[in-house]
Amino acid sequence: MEKTIRVLVAKPGLDGHDRGAKVIARALRDAGMEVIYTGLRLTPEQIVQAAIQEDVDAVALSILSGAHNYLLPRVVDLLKEENAYDDILVLGGGVIPEEDIPGLKEKGIAEIFTPGTPTQVTIDFIKNNLKK
Amino acid sequence: MFDKNEITELKKKMIEWDEEKVQKTLNRFPERKEQFTTVSNKIVDRLYTPVDIEDINYQEDLGYPGEFPFTRGVQPTMYRGRLWTMRQYAGFATAEESNNRYKFLLDQGQTGLSVAFDLPTQIGYDSDHSLSQGEVGKVGVAIDSLKDMEILFKGIPLDKVSTSMTINAPASVLLAMYIAVAEKQGVSADKLKGTIQNDILKEYIARGTYIFPVEPSMRLITDIFAYCADEVPKWNTISISGYHIREAGSTATQEVAFTLADGIAYVEAALKAGLEVDTFAPRLSFFFNAHNDLLEEVSKYRAARRLWAKIMKERFGAKNPKSMQLKFHTQTGGSTLTAQQPENNIVRVAIQTLAAVLGGTQSLHTNSKDEALALPTEDSVRVALRTQQIVAHESGVAETIDPLGGSYYVESLTTEIENGAMRYISKIDDLGGAAKAIEKGYIQKEIMDSSYEYQMQVEKNERIVVGMNKFKIEEEAPKGLLKVDPAVGEMQKNKIDQLKKERNSEEVINKLNALNKAAKGEDNLMPYILEAVKSYATLGEICDELREVFGEYEQSVII
Repeated sequence: MEKTIRVLVAKPGLDGHDRGAKVIARALRDAGMEVIYTGLRLTPEQIVQAAIQEDVDAVALSILSGAHNYLLPRVVDLLKEENAYDDILVLGGGVIPEEDIPGLKEKGIAEIFTPGTPTQVTIDFIKNNLKK
Repeated sequence: MFDKNEITELKKKMIEWDEEKVQKTLNRFPERKEQFTTVSNKIVDRLYTPVDIEDINYQEDLGYPGEFPFTRGVQPTMYRGRLWTMRQYAGFATAEESNNRYKFLLDQGQTGLSVAFDLPTQIGYDSDHSLSQGEVGKVGVAIDSLKDMEILFKGIPLDKVSTSMTINAPASVLLAMYIAVAEKQGVSADKLKGTIQNDILKEYIARGTYIFPVEPSMRLITDIFAYCADEVPKWNTISISGYHIREAGSTATQEVAFTLADGIAYVEAALKAGLEVDTFAPRLSFFFNAHNDLLEEVSKYRAARRLWAKIMKERFGAKNPKSMQLKFHTQTGGSTLTAQQPENNIVRVAIQTLAAVLGGTQSLHTNSKDEALALPTEDSVRVALRTQQIVAHESGVAETIDPLGGSYYVESLTTEIENGAMRYISKIDDLGGAAKAIEKGYIQKEIMDSSYEYQMQVEKNERIVVGMNKFKIEEEAPKGLLKVDPAVGEMQKNKIDQLKKERNSEEVINKLNALNKAAKGEDNLMPYILEAVKSYATLGEICDELREVFGEYEQSVII
């Protein structure tokens, strides 16, 4: 039997816009994944800790506050420090300007999903890009 | 509104029309869809006639503008007397840069200010706090102390403008700073006009910038009600907000229902604190969203006005008509904007502007076309403001009051939204009120369900969003978006270091200790906060004292 994919959906930083995070969480769950949604205001440290504890395959970070260039790479760096980055796919989504995306990918975010992305695109991406 | 015989006759005629005309047409040309719905999933009939509003009593249900139940508007002359306040929400980076943007907006003919604070300010952290990293100056201006506030309003006479501040958990601190700046300008508090959002319940529901648990938060709010009734009588002490509830994905009916349920909770808290309803209720104000479904939105505002008037009169026994008037600010719906083909957003905002004006708003913020991508540039803000000016001066809709009143569809939908909202409110009453319903996750779950349903409709192309799931083009990434300098964080940190060297630290400690002690007791906290602010205690220091006494709110996570 195929292993169930486990995803942590998280809101890094102080941003309270959680409509997108909740929609993604529910869509991933409806697609048969196990979803852990952390709620608001998590530090990168807390997110990484939760990802490791929950033994997830992917971390989906939703951010609309403009703090993405600091917070998203920080999650990747901490995962690397914990030797967990090689097992966990890191995704970002939210209001993130096109010009910031190449830099974020270079720093280890596998993909960035901007407003208007159908949830199926994210579901397929996770299924096709798992690291383990 | 109609004679019984007339209605009977109309019903007969309608059956004939349906049999003779409609069915024949349908046989040859089926309609575009089997069922038509509003964006909130309300079924829309083919035609509305007097039959749909036969139960409406003009005098009781609609009345005259400025008179109970205020369905047609809160003022007797509405926009013929004075247009709505054109108020663009703005603020980013430092107080200096935001001060420049405010002066630009006032030069462009804007008539009121609206301050956006960054997230650390909204959650009561100074810019040098570890949780503020990456967030300083991003979604609004960073305010750490009275020093920043003095710069923010430099050269803007506070007795001449009205200022709205989107601040909730630390609303008392920012209001105190505003009062202190005014004092330095020689303007006394009784002359100040403006609004603080100060609506914590919707932060728990949808917006997320809470700090303290429910009870002390409600105390801070009712302390402001009491303080302002005496000292800042022209200030709107709260802006009970449906905007963010709608942005989180609610329907129009849910927006009205949950907002008014929050309103009821504030009134009850104030009554419990010993205030008399007619002393504070006239200063309650509201804040709604404007989505694209024009006629549903117009009906929504009318329904909210009528329902609130009845609640205040019948449930709370208000006597002053001003206590029954639902006055509201509107912002066009950020979540309706698309990142794709952003120029199309100008048209959406124009429709939403019409909705707000036809619905009788008191003030309006129009979003800029680039807001699905970043904070707006000066050019795009100008177009957004011009949209309001065109509706005001060219469209003709402001020349008569409530021009859609009497429309069979709008009246019928107004009643339907009001009834739907009442059902939700009685369900929330059964759960023990808005605060309890939030604690149980009921309100969040209802919104989440609507939001997910809408998203799935869009993904299945059952709802068309132009440029996003239909009429798409290949586009290049937009250029010239506004960027906040990442150095803002460092600049604010330096300002705090400097401030802490210059101020009288003994005085600061005394004022903070006094606040701490007062928070443990029952005194109104506003005077203590004002004293602390004047000693140049920082926002973070003040909020930390309150955190120590009150603790922090823990979110109930619902998906």
